[in-house]
Amino acid sequence: MIPRMIARAAALVLTMALPVLAETPVQELKTPGGNTVWMVQSPDIPFVALELRFRGGTALDAPAKAGAVNLMTALLEEGSGDLDAQGFAAARDALAAEFRFGASLDSVSVSARFLTENRDQALVLLRQAIVSPNFDATSLERVRGQVLSGLRADERDPGAIADRKFDQIAFGDHAYGQPSDGTIATVTALTRDDIAAAHLGALARDRVHVAAVGDISPADLATLVDTLLADLPATGTPLPGPAKVALTGGVTVEPFPGPQSVLVFGHEGIPRTDPDFFAAFIAAEAFGGGRFSARLMSEVREKRGLTYGISAGLLPLDQADLVVGQMSTANGTVAQSMQVIREEWTKLATDGLTEAELAATKTYLTGSYPLRFDGNGPIARILVGLQMQGYPVDYPAKRNALIDAVTLDDVRRVAARVFRPDDLHFVVVGTPEGVQGQ
Amino acid sequence: MRLIALCLLSLAVAFPVRAEKVTDFTLDNGMQVVVIEDARAPVVVHMVWYRVGAADEAPGKSGIAHFLEHLMFKGTDTVPSGAFSQTVSDLGGMDNAFTSWDYTAYFQRVASEHLPLMMQMESDRMTNLRLTEEDVVTERAVVLEERTSRTDSDPGALFSEQRQAAQYLNHPYGRPIIGWRHEIEQLNRTDALAFYKLHYAPNNAILVVAGDVTPDRVRALAEDTYGKIPENPAVVPRVRPSEPPQISERRLTYGDPRVGQPYVVRSYLAPTRKPGDQSRAAALSVLAELLGGSGSNSVLGRALQFDRQIAVHTAVWYQANALDQGSFDLVVVPSEGVSLDQAEAELDVVLDRFLTEGVDQADFDRIMTMLRASEIYAQDSTQSVGRRFGESLTTGLTITDQRDWANVLQSVTPDAVMEAARDVLVRGRAVTGHLEKEIAQ
Repeated sequence: MIPRMIARAAALVLTMALPVLAETPVQELKTPGGNTVWMVQSPDIPFVALELRFRGGTALDAPAKAGAVNLMTALLEEGSGDLDAQGFAAARDALAAEFRFGASLDSVSVSARFLTENRDQALVLLRQAIVSPNFDATSLERVRGQVLSGLRADERDPGAIADRKFDQIAFGDHAYGQPSDGTIATVTALTRDDIAAAHLGALARDRVHVAAVGDISPADLATLVDTLLADLPATGTPLPGPAKVALTGGVTVEPFPGPQSVLVFGHEGIPRTDPDFFAAFIAAEAFGGGRFSARLMSEVREKRGLTYGISAGLLPLDQADLVVGQMSTANGTVAQSMQVIREEWTKLATDGLTEAELAATKTYLTGSYPLRFDGNGPIARILVGLQMQGYPVDYPAKRNALIDAVTLDDVRRVAARVFRPDDLHFVVVGTPEGVQGQ
Repeated sequence: MRLIALCLLSLAVAFPVRAEKVTDFTLDNGMQVVVIEDARAPVVVHMVWYRVGAADEAPGKSGIAHFLEHLMFKGTDTVPSGAFSQTVSDLGGMDNAFTSWDYTAYFQRVASEHLPLMMQMESDRMTNLRLTEEDVVTERAVVLEERTSRTDSDPGALFSEQRQAAQYLNHPYGRPIIGWRHEIEQLNRTDALAFYKLHYAPNNAILVVAGDVTPDRVRALAEDTYGKIPENPAVVPRVRPSEPPQISERRLTYGDPRVGQPYVVRSYLAPTRKPGDQSRAAALSVLAELLGGSGSNSVLGRALQFDRQIAVHTAVWYQANALDQGSFDLVVVPSEGVSLDQAEAELDVVLDRFLTEGVDQADFDRIMTMLRASEIYAQDSTQSVGRRFGESLTTGLTITDQRDWANVLQSVTPDAVMEAARDVLVRGRAVTGHLEKEIAQ
């Protein structure tokens, strides 16, 4: 704990010679109520950023109920106890607290910021929203209308169409294959009972991770978290189980009007638990990262001007792992772009990275890591994410050593295993010239 | 647990409650410098803001400000093409740039020890840019792809571009920042270099450094880099064609088969923050929050989403920062089965009622509390604080104006809000756009 001041003093002296170290002092609390919380106490600004993640998310939805978890999450702030939606919002705003609720494939997230001066009152409201939301009929219909409006917009959005098609092909009947916000048909059919069931199933204590950063003591935080979570169910809906990635080499074209096509492409990836995960992560960053120097960006944008942006990377999910990329290009240059991507994929699989690329990517990744830890909100999000990924509390201090340990041979070995040009499947949404589905 | 808490308590004394520390000074060549200190993390954000944007382009050259922003990542005599970003990322940093109507800004986020190199490279490309014909042609293709992705492939963006053009009869704010496609296609190396020589100079730029750094260190480094560049006498204050009084309401409809969710947008010309005179803009900022801020308790949300289900979404948008006249925009996304005409008519009913009945005191008090708290939350991101200064100083304001802004907001009264509302929300001076689904022929 103490070392923060000392470390900073030392860093001042050494700073020109040594790389910046991640010096954020993260503590792991075990609360009396049995919760585990990662925290950084930082009294500089009088507020706390709190992050909760419930594992499961929209992948908990049964096919006929697709969209239930998403709609439930959107309804959490629409009234609880004796407050209706407007009463809840007024109470929250009067405290200047901020609550955000989000649903994704693998988790339901709760992000809160509240001031030190009215922390206890803010907590009462947040607890009410999480533990006893009303899900009243009026709110249900209003928010359902908003979700349906979004789904109607997605039906005409080439990016959304491409993502959905890709997931369908990749995951088939698994929950990952269904749209996480549901379809117009399933969302229209959801009842209040479905929403209440989704709530009990998704927000349970057996799957929650907690991180907090800001102006609060460990003792106060422990009490706060215990109070917040005590009345949630002990267990929730079982997770859906592993998904098989069914992508095989080929092209799927979805016709769509417009001057440009959206491409989503990829195949099966590599799990975080794989001993070569860091080597694969480095290869993917050098290959498809968002920087101008990444291979795809350099070949497709910088040298040929075919796109405004292209990226590809590892996507390790809870139940499956993907390598996936995306870009947009004029309809006339889709075929050329696909050709370049395939060539680069093959080159990476065959030759791995160059010595220079490996070195540059390592310095980028190790140098950028500590820069992410700036601000209560960003640090709380990183900490809860690390818990979700199963890393220990000392991971931030050790992570750069794991990156530095990767060798050129590691990268070559893993690139040949993970990047498989023959399995590369392209979903193209647009009116591409000279490209046929296969 | 108890032990840990005690240990931390004693340490807490060592960290005084932090106040945002902002220092400013000007170099001999006229370059303004703002330093925002935040030592919580060993990180620094280095930004250079130029007082030039899309609204400063010559007629027929739309898009040149943004195109030049892209080309600034090509080379100089000492930094080869592409090496700027490569150097930043090799250090673990990130860099980017953005262009608006009133400004063009470049920034890097790096460990604070690398600040000297950033200042050296950024000052180098202020006057030493070298462009090859090939760089220019390839990058123009990238910009055209950017336009295709962001605008031509998105009916909402095309609609917004048309509305912006309809809003301004005479002022260059009516032109898209990225440029009209037919004009981007004609932009060349000579255009880019001419624009560069005219506008990129220390006396037309603001340096903002935010993070783990002291003003003394920034001053020493700045004098050694930017300070060596002579001021450019060609830089003159910006005077653009201004809008004539709007005497006729304007309406437009854009139909596109790619529209999934139709909506209506109403906009009005509105004054912005002016040096020493920010109270009207502050009142309009509060008005925007009252009408459309928090969905469930805003005037529009309550009337159109809660009392009746006319809309699935409502929003209000007012940009308080602009060198010239800005706009006050209201959006209504109708519920299924409600037409755009109906949604617009209901919007007018709500606005008329608001103008008659005035401000609800409880709403007003809540908004003032949230605005006060937002000053506390804002301190969590020094980069955002820096960005606010950069934006204000490139839209005609002074450091003092920016420092005062939170207080000016707090001094707004309900009467001032209503006065601003009556001045701006005049139907005869409205621009109204409908974005519709259109079945492809």
